[in-house]
Amino acid sequence: MSDLLVRDTPLSLPVADERLARAELRRQIGRLEHQLSRLLAEGFPRVEVDTRVEAVAPAPRALGLGDLERVRDELADCVAEARAALEERAVSDLRNRELLDQMLTRPADFKWLRISREELGLHGCGHWHSRPRYGLLGMLMGWWRVKISSGCPL
Amino acid sequence: MRRRLRELSDRFYGSHAIHLRERPIPWAYRVFFRQIGLDPDRTRTPVEELALERLHDGAFKSRGLPDDALNIAIVETGVALRAFDGEQVGRLSIRDTAPGESLPGERGELPQGTLVIADERGPIGRLFGADPPEWSGIEQVSRRLTIVAIQVNGVPQISVDEALWTAAGMIDPTVEP
Repeated sequence: MSDLLVRDTPLSLPVADERLARAELRRQIGRLEHQLSRLLAEGFPRVEVDTRVEAVAPAPRALGLGDLERVRDELADCVAEARAALEERAVSDLRNRELLDQMLTRPADFKWLRISREELGLHGCGHWHSRPRYGLLGMLMGWWRVKISSGCPL
Repeated sequence: MRRRLRELSDRFYGSHAIHLRERPIPWAYRVFFRQIGLDPDRTRTPVEELALERLHDGAFKSRGLPDDALNIAIVETGVALRAFDGEQVGRLSIRDTAPGESLPGERGELPQGTLVIADERGPIGRLFGADPPEWSGIEQVSRRLTIVAIQVNGVPQISVDEALWTAAGMIDPTVEP
């Protein structure tokens, strides 16, 4: 009887451990996939989020621990890259908004500068353009103003 | 059926496709695809495949029965459905392949361990991913269909039931839950 107990213990434990590890990896893959989907929708259409993780096999099969870990790690990389791209874009949008505020206050300091809605992270067409009033005369006299475009062409 | 496909096309926009993978059921299939080694951005889940086709073609294309019925049920519920010739297949199950097994109408063996839908005689289709074009699985003369829903973790039973009854009800309106 004691012999049986000794033999059973090492055989059954790894199986249970592997099952737990697989369940945990599957949970992590699910969570990462959800995050990636949210980031993709958040960034669309301004930031391209790469959600591709190279297929492990040409045909569907039950993956081993190593393959599941690889999928998990590559998904985590995708999430990190997507977050970084979105963050970079948010910083750029914020910088452009500050620039627009300055341009609206002092148009003469930002001659001919043009900022589009897209550069501010806004939907739709249109832009703010610092240009002289009355053309050449305004340019010579320093009469600068910010003109707002009328939106998307019909 | 065509009218219903048209109505479905009119109700399905690009924004739906973008947010599709955030919805619980399409997400569950994406996760499952990852877990079985497929890239859902290359081998599309059934509902995403149809969504992409809708955006590409401007409408859900009619392919006749039973495909139309299945596609409507898949788009409406997100659940993966397959149809097989009810007169040809036996009791279905999901399993991995043994060495030397192949699909009907397909040359060459399936790699060992491929997840397939099989009956008592052998594999009849890959669990997911395209089957060879010459294998439709359904004979023209078939009078009985077997509709299969592939339920993965995260897909509620009520959605599976809805998908099956939606598809079955469109193929044969006399079918009742």
